[in-house]
Amino acid sequence: MTARLPRSAYMQGLRDGAPFLLVLIPFSSLFGMVAGQAGLDLAQIMGFSVLVIAGAAQFAALQMMVQHASIPLILLAALAVNLRMAMYSAALVPHLGSAPLWQRALVAYVNFDQTYAVSLAHYEANPRLSVAEKVAFFLGVATPITPAWVAMTALGAMAGAAVPDWLALDFALPITFLGLLAPMLRSLAHVAAAATSVIVALLLAGLPAGLGLLVAAACAMVAGAGVETWMEGRRP
Amino acid sequence: MTMSDADIWLVIGLLAVGTYLIRFSFLGLIGSRPMPAAVLRLLRFTPVAVLPGMVAPLVLWPAATGGHPDIARLAAAAATLAAGLWRRNTLLAIAAGALTLYAGLWLLPTS
Repeated sequence: MTARLPRSAYMQGLRDGAPFLLVLIPFSSLFGMVAGQAGLDLAQIMGFSVLVIAGAAQFAALQMMVQHASIPLILLAALAVNLRMAMYSAALVPHLGSAPLWQRALVAYVNFDQTYAVSLAHYEANPRLSVAEKVAFFLGVATPITPAWVAMTALGAMAGAAVPDWLALDFALPITFLGLLAPMLRSLAHVAAAATSVIVALLLAGLPAGLGLLVAAACAMVAGAGVETWMEGRRP
Repeated sequence: MTMSDADIWLVIGLLAVGTYLIRFSFLGLIGSRPMPAAVLRLLRFTPVAVLPGMVAPLVLWPAATGGHPDIARLAAAAATLAAGLWRRNTLLAIAAGALTLYAGLWLLPTS
């Protein structure tokens, strides 16, 4: 296959990714502010956002560092939060698995919640896309988000304590994730998976950060697949 | 923060490598080999399996209120979910949640 990426699919990705700036701008600047207040210097804060580039895990690591956790535990917690991306990576295989290695390596770097969710929805709605179009779309979605993520982290770190408490930026993350989630609850199986995830995660909230979530996600995937299989069995 | 600069950079470096390997894992190593149908069925539920479990504790026990349930934040979460289910639109849902949050915090300033 050709390594050239179709321009129209890329532009479509750009358009579909741009709205997420609205949610990533507060989220990334929040990380910059919180990390600065925790005592990290600007280079370290930027190191997190450029090299790790995973919002929820960055917050998890920061939280553990502030609580004086040991380095292995910090890594375990943050990587556990990121393990969902192994599932994203696997879910992209049927769509992007035959793309050239350098394209897959690039997609892997920008494979996060928003790019994954938007792209997979686009692939499922347009099953006749070529692999090159799928790669181009994914990179298009990532194009506005990734530099904004880095730039707004820096701005947040420099703004520091100047942001007033009443903005309640702490709740930007839950609202973003709920906004991504709600439109995905398309069937009884999806609702069953979500409900299982909530119940198990709350029951296991006492475990070290990230561990309960992993167990909850595994249970939820089995619940979703189980309900879907059962529903199909009922259909003649 | 009591960590030394070297330790902080160690955490950042290892986290960066580990996170990239997680993202690259299946996509990079498995490539175009077909995946079993059962695995694909499980994977379709990944986002709805991960996001609710991540959000639920943040909604019920927000750090900003010292882990105590907060009416404004609970209402904002409910509004986000309801708007998203109704209109199937992420940004609309987020806007509904943000508006509800600010209205709640304004009406209930002690929360």
